[in-house]
Amino acid sequence: MKTDALPDDAGRYGRFGGRFVPETLMQPLLELEKDYKRLSQDPGFLSELGSLLRDFAGRPTPLYEAKRLSSHVGGARIFLKREDLCHTGSHKINNTLGQGLLAVHTGKRRLIAETGAGQHGVATATAAALLGLRCTVFMGEEDAVRQAPNLRRMRLLGAEVEVVGSGSRTLKDAVNAALREWVACVEDTHYCMGSVVGPHPFPLMVRDFQSVIGQEARKQFLERVGSLPDHLVACVGGGSNSLGLFRPFLQDRLRTGVPRMVGVEAGGRGPGPCEHAASLCRGTPGTLHGSFSFLLQDEEGQILPTHSVSAGLDYPGVGPEHSWLKETGTAEYVTVNDEEALEAARQLTLLEGIIPALESAHAVAYAVRLAREAGRESTVLVCLSGRGDKDMGSLAEAWGGGAEA
Amino acid sequence: MNRVARVFEELRGRRPALIGFLTAGFPDGPTSLLLARVLLSHCDILEVGIPFSDPVMDGPVLQETARMALESGFRLEDSLLLIKNLRNEDIEKPLLFMTYYNPVLRRGPALFAREAAAAGADGVIIADLPREEGGAWLKEARECGLERILFVSPTTSKERIASAAAEASGFLYCISALGTTGARDRLAEGLRDYLCRIREFTDLPLALGIGITTPEQCREAGVLAEGVIVGSAFMRACLEAMRTGEDPAAALDAAAAHMRLSLEGRARP
Repeated sequence: MKTDALPDDAGRYGRFGGRFVPETLMQPLLELEKDYKRLSQDPGFLSELGSLLRDFAGRPTPLYEAKRLSSHVGGARIFLKREDLCHTGSHKINNTLGQGLLAVHTGKRRLIAETGAGQHGVATATAAALLGLRCTVFMGEEDAVRQAPNLRRMRLLGAEVEVVGSGSRTLKDAVNAALREWVACVEDTHYCMGSVVGPHPFPLMVRDFQSVIGQEARKQFLERVGSLPDHLVACVGGGSNSLGLFRPFLQDRLRTGVPRMVGVEAGGRGPGPCEHAASLCRGTPGTLHGSFSFLLQDEEGQILPTHSVSAGLDYPGVGPEHSWLKETGTAEYVTVNDEEALEAARQLTLLEGIIPALESAHAVAYAVRLAREAGRESTVLVCLSGRGDKDMGSLAEAWGGGAEA
Repeated sequence: MNRVARVFEELRGRRPALIGFLTAGFPDGPTSLLLARVLLSHCDILEVGIPFSDPVMDGPVLQETARMALESGFRLEDSLLLIKNLRNEDIEKPLLFMTYYNPVLRRGPALFAREAAAAGADGVIIADLPREEGGAWLKEARECGLERILFVSPTTSKERIASAAAEASGFLYCISALGTTGARDRLAEGLRDYLCRIREFTDLPLALGIGITTPEQCREAGVLAEGVIVGSAFMRACLEAMRTGEDPAAALDAAAAHMRLSLEGRARP
């Protein structure tokens, strides 16, 4: 299977993906695709991006063996790819530097973005400040409250933050608002999409910019352990950190069956409708935000409300390439609920001195479950996609005020 | 001759067609049928908008009307029934569905095309289904005798205008402003050149829509195109009336009458 050929010319991963957008956006998307194709092969662009990733974002990020956590669990060896140590505190900067540079090279003067947890918003505002671009970030009202520190960071960085009060007042409606803005100002504005979602070429571009995670991790793991990891584990909201980790291992996986790839979705309060954000585990295919992929919808095709303790996973859709990975059985998807994620965050904090973002805590929770069942000789590589500073409020509340002291 | 073509044929040289839009199910099923009748007494063609939870092409007014329709429990079957009821009242004007793609996809494009045609719809407009993704739908629509009304935007290249013109029927929906549906202070500049560019590729009637807010703008647009599409301005009139405890039907009647009057005696030279 020539997987590197995906997506095809129509932006499809199997039957998933495509461009389901209003006519006004079609020409700009076709141009963006052409520009990206050219720049992604331009040595000047790539070396400029490489320097920024190294000198500004702090790459490569470490591969860290969580020995205390592993021994506490009493099973497989757990390794963390430390994306939480990137500048701005999450993997999102990998993508925003890429798209920000692309905007500069294509003559755009302004970036717009959606954000859930605020990590992508902060990373976009940061790239905009660095590159001298104007910036507007759309954030749902509910998220603006529960991720208030990030809202303040974006404003300090000079970005305009539009708080979105419509619909679910979370990530889904922030995307709606950003798309509406883009339809109006497409001529001078680049939409810096934060995940591997949206119309083609966004899922491709964001995947490519995030693949640095898996490229580094694969090399570091081989050097450290001498073999490939048995399991890859990463959380999936839209799916950018997970795809960034998985993609460079895809040929290994297809050729040898190893590593196993597991995406962890938000199980929220339980499996009932509107109680979770598990699009791949519990959704059906449909079109939302420009692509055909798994999503949470009712029998009439109306998009359902979602819930997760983690704002970054609280989204009813998922990137089309994940739908393809699921449908072909290449990757598996599981859920971790709010409570398990909070408990995993606590464990990692107390045992390793690392406070993870609530998104990443979902991956840690599943890795712990997996490690417990697997033998001591087996290895689990987790993408620790972000740090938990933004979640102090939620964590303190869940841990009974322990963080207040 | 089908209904849509007949309307443009009859109006040719007299005045442009007024194409009115309403959100089906807003503010509830029964009132919505009443509002549809009101619009039909002034408009030449009616667009019946199927409410969707995530309308990315729509501004605040149509987001609000869709939300209210869905909250009232209005379902896809009710949208079909709305058109069926209008046809049963011997309305001979063209009735079109306007929708986002996901509700159609969920229903099944083949089934929805058959149901829409059976209810008495003349065509379907899908806001987020560009020509490149529309193959399956367009085939079903053609087989059911539904008009395939496609969009052209100021950003559309010549190649894509040609491709839309080759596939479309009824009229071409010419987006008059970048951005979502809803009020604008003035019409965009360069509309005349834009429509000329499109006419190089087609003899289909052209209808201008998006952001046409006032009777003055409607008149201006009507000099350029064979049809003018008004949606948010009508729905806003209803919403404002409801906010002050007045009758939305009366407000819509007045708004639609003004729009219609602005087109009188205006025809593209």
